[in-house]
Amino acid sequence: MTTNTVTTNTVTTQTLQNVERGALETIRHGMRLSPEFRRGLGVTLVLAILATVGKVIVPIAIQQVIDQGLSGSSPDLPFIRDAVLACAAAILLTALAGYAMNVRLYRATESGLATLRGKAFRHVHDLSVLTQNTERRGALVSRVTGDVDQISTFMQWGGLLIIVASGQLVIATVLMAVYSWQLTLLVWGLFLPLVFALPKFQRMVARNYLTVRERTGDTLAAISESVVGSAVIRAHGAEERTATRIDAAVDAQRAAQTRAQKIIGFTFPITELVASIAIAGVVVVGVLLGVGGSITPGRLVAFLFLITLFIAPLQTATEVLNEAQNAIAGWRRVLSVLDTPADVADPGEEGVTQPRGPITVAFENVGYAYPDGPPVLRGVDVVIPPRRRVAVVGETGSGKTTFAKLLTRLMDPVEGRVTVDGVDLRDLRFASLRERIVMVPQDGFLFDSTLAENIRFGRPGATDDEIAGALAELGLADWLDGLPGGLQTAVGQRGESLSAGERQLVALARAYLADPDLLLLDEATSAVDPATEVRIARALDGVTRGRTAVSIAHRLSTAEAADEVLVFDRGEIVQRGPHAELLKEPGVYADLHASWAGATRS
Amino acid sequence: MPDKVSSAVMRQGFRVIGHAVRTEPKIFTGAVLSSAVYGVTTVLSSWALGWATENAVLPAFRDGDATGGALALAATLIVGVAVFKALGVMGRRIMAGIHQYRMQAHFRRSLGRQFLRLPLSWHHRHPTGQLLSNASSDAEAAWGPLAPLPMAVGVIVMLVAAAVAIVLTDPVLAVVGFLIFPAIALLNLVYQRKLTPLATRAQELRAAVSEVAHESFEGALVVKTLGREDAEAARFDDRAAALRDANIAAGRVRGMFDPLLEALPTLGVLAVLLFGSYRLASGDVTAGELIQVSYLFTLLSFPVRALGWVLGELPRSVVGWTRVQEVLRAEGAMVHGSARLPADRPAELAVTGVSFAYEPGVPVLRDVGFTVEPGRTVAVVGPTGSGKSTLTQLLARLVDPDEGVVAIDGVDLREVERDGVSGAVSLVPQQTFLFDDTVRGNITLGADVPDEKVWAALRLAQADGFVSALPEALDTKIGERGTTLSGGQRQRLALARALAREPRLLILDDATSSVDPQVEKRILFGLRDQHATVIVIAYRMATISLADDVVYVENGSVADHGPHETLLARCAGYRELVTAYERQEAENAALEEEAVAP
Repeated sequence: MTTNTVTTNTVTTQTLQNVERGALETIRHGMRLSPEFRRGLGVTLVLAILATVGKVIVPIAIQQVIDQGLSGSSPDLPFIRDAVLACAAAILLTALAGYAMNVRLYRATESGLATLRGKAFRHVHDLSVLTQNTERRGALVSRVTGDVDQISTFMQWGGLLIIVASGQLVIATVLMAVYSWQLTLLVWGLFLPLVFALPKFQRMVARNYLTVRERTGDTLAAISESVVGSAVIRAHGAEERTATRIDAAVDAQRAAQTRAQKIIGFTFPITELVASIAIAGVVVVGVLLGVGGSITPGRLVAFLFLITLFIAPLQTATEVLNEAQNAIAGWRRVLSVLDTPADVADPGEEGVTQPRGPITVAFENVGYAYPDGPPVLRGVDVVIPPRRRVAVVGETGSGKTTFAKLLTRLMDPVEGRVTVDGVDLRDLRFASLRERIVMVPQDGFLFDSTLAENIRFGRPGATDDEIAGALAELGLADWLDGLPGGLQTAVGQRGESLSAGERQLVALARAYLADPDLLLLDEATSAVDPATEVRIARALDGVTRGRTAVSIAHRLSTAEAADEVLVFDRGEIVQRGPHAELLKEPGVYADLHASWAGATRS
Repeated sequence: MPDKVSSAVMRQGFRVIGHAVRTEPKIFTGAVLSSAVYGVTTVLSSWALGWATENAVLPAFRDGDATGGALALAATLIVGVAVFKALGVMGRRIMAGIHQYRMQAHFRRSLGRQFLRLPLSWHHRHPTGQLLSNASSDAEAAWGPLAPLPMAVGVIVMLVAAAVAIVLTDPVLAVVGFLIFPAIALLNLVYQRKLTPLATRAQELRAAVSEVAHESFEGALVVKTLGREDAEAARFDDRAAALRDANIAAGRVRGMFDPLLEALPTLGVLAVLLFGSYRLASGDVTAGELIQVSYLFTLLSFPVRALGWVLGELPRSVVGWTRVQEVLRAEGAMVHGSARLPADRPAELAVTGVSFAYEPGVPVLRDVGFTVEPGRTVAVVGPTGSGKSTLTQLLARLVDPDEGVVAIDGVDLREVERDGVSGAVSLVPQQTFLFDDTVRGNITLGADVPDEKVWAALRLAQADGFVSALPEALDTKIGERGTTLSGGQRQRLALARALAREPRLLILDDATSSVDPQVEKRILFGLRDQHATVIVIAYRMATISLADDVVYVENGSVADHGPHETLLARCAGYRELVTAYERQEAENAALEEEAVAP
């Protein structure tokens, strides 16, 4: 029945890349992208070592003071006084080094993360997924917010701790070996399985943290549905159902967090257990060795003390590595944005920058198909000469929107090429392209700002007078006068304080102010009342004489006024010519026109 | 004044913690007990090692005999204590995590429900990015102290035990050592005072970053087609840089607090040592006592630090809590009455003296009044921005009028019971919104609707064709991880959603603007046979001519009301609007003739 008018538009849009990358590689890659992390790292590291050494040495020093100062029959008061003062000085120095290290770390990491955020944000705007798949936008927000935040906690304490801990481990091993190489081997032998098992645990933790990040994204998506869809939810009384969906997402997130926490909870104390086994082993083996004469009791006791020096950094390492997995999960998600190549990319320095002026656009045997999809546009061959007014008509799914997206280079053709004054669109600098060709989309998205600011978006630096002038030229002066705050009227979030029709008027004025060589209107006045639409069409007609205008419309009033009509059907141009001529021949256009005329006239 | 602020923060912080403890008392108790086990076993493990040295190692060396049972006992003791210690760590970590995540989940659920409860006017005032920030970073910040809390509480046992032991050993030394407590309190006070405003600012900026990202990605098409990506990136970088600076400023304070907090207990030990050595010299304490007191003070430093971790998280926690509470405490949720609307017949609609303004003093609708007989179809026509969409929201009770009454079957909508209005009225808004769900889910919205009814609704909306061609028909996922539909297809699904509810009053707010004319025509013809009163906002003649009556709105008030023909004859504004295309065509034709004529 209606299937002929409806083409299923199953679009498989680009998905974000997920390069399999180990934890170390992720960190290395992340560090490269934020050079601030490494700036001055040497000094910070020295401070970190000072602070750590202080923390380790001071308790030992105090122990020494107690042992030596109090061991005699009467306390050695001058010695104790001097030693206490020296210790106090060391403590203060340690604190000072800690403070300096913290401040440097905060500065380096926050700067690096700000850079990373900025890079990811800018790159998202280059991804076609953003313009092709409206529903995915919410999920992208978390990549530049929560996922980045996740990294900072780790960077601000974990990264350095791991380096310091490794150093401590080496020192402890050397000291232990000095006392007894046999016992050192024993300790290492007991810890070795753990060292091998740890990466396995880490991978498990990593997988779980990635799930946590994904569930967190789901929760935000569910909650944002309750915010963005607030009108529809209320209109259909779907509050309870939406709440249930939020609950489900929240519960799934909590379950994922709990699972990750349990794994960490189980793995972390293993170090503790292995340590106790090592100590018990040293006690037993040490005694056996001692009886055999290989070690004195004094050295054995000292060795037992050294083991704690050895265990502490291992415990820190497990702790930090767990935290690190959380950070790396966030980092991976941010990097996966940056890894996704901008499929429609600016040609860069080698690209062409064209002068402004009359524009000729040509489609040369252009075809387009979504990945793994059937062709939606085939063999389109058309030249639009300067100053021409072209209307593009056709039923839903006939390919006219695809035509618009190719003309504005929101996508690149799969076959053939689109040229502007003979230059392939792919070779034209974005700055030049966006200056020459401007599209007014059907949904005139507005930013939460004033009317003037939104129109100025088309041409930054335009004065209020110029903006008011543009509105007047479009025949919208009366409408402007009717607004309570005039140009300073706040349009609200997404422009929702204005009606859909009014938003389209603003979007139109915005593009008009941009003053392109080719203006592409994609059903840009679909929500505007007929009288205003006709007025705008006439105004555009008068003032756009010098430029090319391409209109995509299902209101055929536009086609009637155009120099040429391109009729699309199932991805091909089936008819072209002036309205009057097309009307005379039987075909798609005559049918469309008949049903349009039937709809507009009683 | 600032001291008051910081002590208020402390008080509020403890209230937040108290709330968390009261909400999940069992899990919190479990975590605290585990921490206590950890605290006790920490002391025990050094005792066990001492015992082993004393009773197993040294005797073995002395006797040159390593076969004694004491050695095995020592090894068992060391490992045994460690097992309990490990269990303590495990229990605390897992339960503290569960506690924290449960509290976050409670917050997120309540926020979701509150977002659903608050009126549209509230939503218009609050950016999406900010609300999402409430559910993410604010909820996380609020429950930050719960991770270190059980440790702090659990090791209080250690603290008390050590403190009592110190006092019993030598009260004078205890006084000297305990001076670190007022010092820590003072340090904490300064810390709260300095950090709270910084943390507030950072949290606000975190929301601001989220706002810009959300808005910019939503407006991506506009950003891209006007080539403003770099400008948007600069706008984002500005906010990100402000957040960076705020985080660095907060980091500076935290960076000072942490090392000082660690240094204080050690300084206390030194003070005890110094002072104690003089008391030792004067014979007030013995060397053994002094060594014991010093050791006990070293033990103290751990619980003190754990307390510090909790206190360190408090300012951020209070900021997050406050931001979430602002939403949870917001008022203005719609009040429902108890009246029931009759079922099973088309609604009778009466609008009387209705005025409405989004902002005081700027009325959008003024004294609007009209009635619609049951089963009739009425077209609401008017210029762009005349208040038509606002009117549809009033009819579906998405907003309440400032003055006047909207009544269905004689009942003021404000008197109707909860879900009563949405059960009777279906509004298809101008802006299509689809859920991240299957086609079926989007149509039934979770209600138990048989598939035949879903298909019937799809047929009426002229959507059955493309839906049956989808890979999994009704079970095809649309939205974030699913199929992308065209604008016209989306509109038809939204229409089917409204029809599936079999409304008694159906309101279409320009709901077919992206649908092809001939498809639209079929939809409208189908609607005629529906058992419903229909209000349709329209511009097209075909739509209008299907209506029994027309309400013509201009500048927020009803300018005329009557059958299409009558209005065409007597209302100039109406005539101007609906005949615009015809007149344009006539003019074009005339121009062409002129051009052709010599």
